[in-house]
Amino acid sequence: MPSVIEKENNTLNVKISGDIDHHTCNDLRHEIDREIIAYRPKCVIFDLTECEFMDSSGLGLILGRFRKASELGSQFKLVNPGVKTMRILRMAGVDKLITIESIDL
Amino acid sequence: MKAVNEFKIKFLSKSENEAFSRIIITAFITQFSPTIEDIADIKTAVSEAVTNCVVHAYKNTSGYIFLSAKYFENGNLQIKIKDNGCGIENIEQARRALFTTDAENERSGMGFSIMESFTDKLKVKSAPGKGTTVVMEKKIGCKQSM
Repeated sequence: MPSVIEKENNTLNVKISGDIDHHTCNDLRHEIDREIIAYRPKCVIFDLTECEFMDSSGLGLILGRFRKASELGSQFKLVNPGVKTMRILRMAGVDKLITIESIDL
Repeated sequence: MKAVNEFKIKFLSKSENEAFSRIIITAFITQFSPTIEDIADIKTAVSEAVTNCVVHAYKNTSGYIFLSAKYFENGNLQIKIKDNGCGIENIEQARRALFTTDAENERSGMGFSIMESFTDKLKVKSAPGKGTTVVMEKKIGCKQSM
């Protein structure tokens, strides 16, 4: 299933699905940036609940969107990263930079 | 030591083949009863190495990526990822966490750090114009002692 971008109540909810690697990041990056610029949300949420795999390309995607959202005054948060994804996020110090929430489903 | 099983393939440096390489290595190691953790670690490490070939070694060009793996009786898995691309000028610098030559394209500079952290041993052989060979080793399929 492809990743989905939803807009509601000034929030841009990016629901990541499947694998996030260098190949899948490219299209997703432009699509999300287009929505952030057009919609100017108060908050951008990266929902990783359905993300099955992420490598360092995903880190680049997350950090890039965090910077873009910050530039435009939007809040940014990550939701439900898996154990492996969390390990990669910690290695790069992303957990010190970005709010990460775990939500019981 | 003789390998229990091994494979060698080559594929083009297309970004679509990053997922392909993950599927191949997962299919190969499944026969050695890896833990879910082992599979996730190896998939991630291979994905990083193959992405480096696509993004850096063959940047704006195309070439072959050679992926091979050997599994030994002692439970050791050796994975080799080789390219004939541009090579690395300063390996020590390239292996440093957060170092990247391609910040413009949002490369995080964490590729080698992840390979190192997700395997037991990482060796990088490279020279400008001579391609790069990455060899990773990891013990898998170890039964937990009671």
